[in-house]
Amino acid sequence: MADEAAGPREPILEVRALVKHFPLTQGILFKRQVGAVKAVDDISFTLHRGETLGIVGESGCGKSTVAKLLMNLEQPTAGEILYKGEDISKLSGRALKAVRRNIQMVFQDPYTSLNPRMTVGDIIGEPFEIHPEAAPKGDRRRKVQELLDVVGLNPEYINRYPHQFSGGQRQRIGIARGLALNPEVIICDEPVSALDVSVQAQVINLMERLQNEYDLAYLFIAHDLSIVRHISDRVGVMYLGKLAEIGTDTEIYDHPTHPYTQALLSAVPQPDPEGRDTRERIILTGDVPSPANPPSGCRFRTRCWKAQDKCAEEVPLLAVPERFKDSDTGARHDSACHFAEDKDIVHA
Amino acid sequence: MPEARATIGKKEAVPSGGGAVPAAVAVDAGPAPGKPRSLWSDAWHDLRRKPSFVIPALIILLLLVVAAFPGWFTSVSPRAADLTNNYLREPELTHFFSPEWLGYNQQGQSIWARMLYGTRASIVIGVAVTVLVTVLGSLVGMLAGYFGGWVDALLSRVIDIFLGIPFLLGAMVILVSFDTRTEWTVTFALAFLGWTTVARVMRGSVISIKQSDYVAAARSLGAGTSRILLRHVLPNAMAPVIVVAMIALGGYITAEAVLSFLGIGLSEPSISWGGDINRAQGQIRIAEHILLYPSILLSITILSFLMLGDAVRDALDPKLR
Amino acid sequence: MSIEMTKADVPGVPLLEVRDLHVEFRTREGQAKAVNGVSYTVDAGETLAVLGESGSGKSVTAQTIMGILDMPPGRITGGEILFRGEDMLKMPEDQRRRVRGDKIAMIFQDALSSLNPVLSVGYQLGEMFRVHRGMSRKEAKAKSVELMDRVRIPAAKERVNDYPHQFSGGMRQRIMIAMALALEPDVIIADEPTTALDVTVQAQVMDLLSELQRDFNMGLILITHDLGVVADVADKIAVMYAGRIVEHAPVHELYKRPAHPYTKGLLDSIPRLDHKGKELYAIKGLPPSLTAVPSGCAFNPRCAMARDVCRTEVPPLAEVTERDGSPLGGRTSACHFWKETIHG
Repeated sequence: MADEAAGPREPILEVRALVKHFPLTQGILFKRQVGAVKAVDDISFTLHRGETLGIVGESGCGKSTVAKLLMNLEQPTAGEILYKGEDISKLSGRALKAVRRNIQMVFQDPYTSLNPRMTVGDIIGEPFEIHPEAAPKGDRRRKVQELLDVVGLNPEYINRYPHQFSGGQRQRIGIARGLALNPEVIICDEPVSALDVSVQAQVINLMERLQNEYDLAYLFIAHDLSIVRHISDRVGVMYLGKLAEIGTDTEIYDHPTHPYTQALLSAVPQPDPEGRDTRERIILTGDVPSPANPPSGCRFRTRCWKAQDKCAEEVPLLAVPERFKDSDTGARHDSACHFAEDKDIVHA
Repeated sequence: MPEARATIGKKEAVPSGGGAVPAAVAVDAGPAPGKPRSLWSDAWHDLRRKPSFVIPALIILLLLVVAAFPGWFTSVSPRAADLTNNYLREPELTHFFSPEWLGYNQQGQSIWARMLYGTRASIVIGVAVTVLVTVLGSLVGMLAGYFGGWVDALLSRVIDIFLGIPFLLGAMVILVSFDTRTEWTVTFALAFLGWTTVARVMRGSVISIKQSDYVAAARSLGAGTSRILLRHVLPNAMAPVIVVAMIALGGYITAEAVLSFLGIGLSEPSISWGGDINRAQGQIRIAEHILLYPSILLSITILSFLMLGDAVRDALDPKLR
Repeated sequence: MSIEMTKADVPGVPLLEVRDLHVEFRTREGQAKAVNGVSYTVDAGETLAVLGESGSGKSVTAQTIMGILDMPPGRITGGEILFRGEDMLKMPEDQRRRVRGDKIAMIFQDALSSLNPVLSVGYQLGEMFRVHRGMSRKEAKAKSVELMDRVRIPAAKERVNDYPHQFSGGMRQRIMIAMALALEPDVIIADEPTTALDVTVQAQVMDLLSELQRDFNMGLILITHDLGVVADVADKIAVMYAGRIVEHAPVHELYKRPAHPYTKGLLDSIPRLDHKGKELYAIKGLPPSLTAVPSGCAFNPRCAMARDVCRTEVPPLAEVTERDGSPLGGRTSACHFWKETIHG
């Protein structure tokens, strides 16, 4: 992890005002647009070299769409994705292929992210076939075996097929594939949520070790707040396509100022029965509204206990709230709430 | 800027860099996977112990041998007509494999010999139609499924138009326009009308596969369309297509027999089960064996292909795995 | 609704008891001992959490209790399932079905696939009353609305005719809870009831479940892999590994002082919300395949404390005591070295 005293290093990936709307169409022959699912709606953040930025949020908040946009698997409706200052969302062909070497992805489901008809050697070796300049032909088998070794798998398994491995082992194969091209950024979309508890820790440790060894930057997308805290240097909280709050792990977990973050933190069941009767719980009512028809103003207001008229009229900006501008506590970080308030949820 | 990275050569440092690795993550000491087993070899492993696969497979194997070398199994020509062989005489069922064991037809030809030589027409047409249909249908289905949009809209409408044509009626209309109809005429007529089933199955399975994570993974590596189609989509989409094709093969053999029975399939001098059954129908009351034995063989053949397709489907179905 | 007490609680006889249950599966690789001598009890008003990873046998045990185990390939090869002291496995079929229908109910992880998509939720709820209680359509519908109110589905009266896909995941899980409650059972078995739900919704549903359990004085068997959920609601915990219970303890005791290396490893390997922590402890290796369970203690290849005896002898579920031998509230541990584990 980056040396915290030295502050963040240079930005490697910058996301500016990113928007992704999926059109809703009607009609078979002549399609006309009747609306849009606002999966990602004006999101900006920066990922620095060697750091881990965690993105948390519940299903449908748009966090996986962010991953797809960064990987150029979807085209943004608006906004920019800058890799070392260059907008990669507009690239195509050879230029895009070159950028892809530096940004790789680890997928959530180890059972569907590996082609069942290819051997492990073919799967991990495929990056070299697509980018022949990355490794000379005669060297590839050795490289694949090295990668297997790096992720803690027996290099002799090179001719096995994915279904012969357990979930945790498959995820290691997926990580090896992501590492093959020596990338600088790895987008991790829920990389451990499909794994057994005792195997999750192995994979998390592996990812941390690889980050140190290869100076990787991770965008770590997950719904499990404890894992995100453990692995992240900074954390962004998403709700209905927008960032509600972003800051360092201490700022977000020890000084959450957005009510949604507070509710989220208080809802996490903690592996400690001692405090269970005294712990303050914020139980939200209702469900997440549809992203096709999000509430006006602040998107969280329909479930927020603090909501007032202003919240329906004015979209709160993601910035350091006025009242914390001069604060020297962790509350001084970006939060998109009109009535931001520092509240210690986790320790209370 | 790539300067520092390129020179560090991180990957080269890997094996030696393992020293600092915490023991807990170093080696994934799980149950070691056994020998390499692809999904196909797994399926084969299952199949070869199942009687419902082995029996039809052996029958089909035998039929293929007969189709290739019918002369191995009989000494007489199927066209040798000797009217001293009275078709009203009861078959000599105990004279196994001799020309007379299943009796003679009206022309005094050995029914056994005609059945053997008729195998070739049925098998050749069945297999050839299946191959053509699979190739054409897979291609169209893959293009429609993978590219979507207007390509899909166009191809899907074409498929719909073809599906609107009744299979046998369409084949009849095509075939009556030919004076002589060989195996190949019938093959092309059936393939022309039959590819849509495969195309639909292929389109469906391609659509589901192109959304899978491993295709996304390949795309994010920078893989081109042809690589994705050939390495990722096609191998995974083929399983259901192969099952459909195997089951359809029986159907094509039936179709050939039906067309020949109606007199618009293979024309003389081709020998086919359907044609022989057609010529036997007038004598059904006085010499039922002329009709009976080719019909039994036809049924066994069709049933074998259907059972084979079913067994293969069960073995390949990932839900049962 | 009143708490139905057809047969008064007999003192000393647990509400539901599983005794030395054995279940085997026929698989391609051979016989798999999915459940290998499992015993546990649950009483009225009590929450037992069965904690385990995939393949530990926690769900198979529950399915066996409910009689929804697929047989074949499953086979009960031994043991008893006692409901108020009577062995359900030896009951005549119709009596067994009555107990399972009326007295024990189950909630599944995936509410969407447990509900019939072409019938309205009101109809499916009402069916319980019509079939089991012989109510008329109208009465059943009124009862359904009442139940939906009870599980706090907003505007229950208007939504009773909606179809399952019109509800969100959390609401569907509430409907499953309503269905389980319909006949006022004595025991509810909840198999990963909140795993598929989002954190904030998960909290709502777990809250509701514990509240209803209290109100109806039911026994709750909560099957889960989530150490957080267990800590929040359980009274006692049975930790399962490779088809056996390896540790059994009251909830506070277990988290404070685990007496089995597997439990200890699990607790150490989960990241914490309240501090960042250093490197996670990771249990090495993988859970064993049930067709090739290691000899001796099934956990021995992954255990840091394993010695020779662990590789040869299956450790019995032994009573755990304080250092001076005084009892520890009926705690048990299946480890040859539980003393070292708990007392350091």
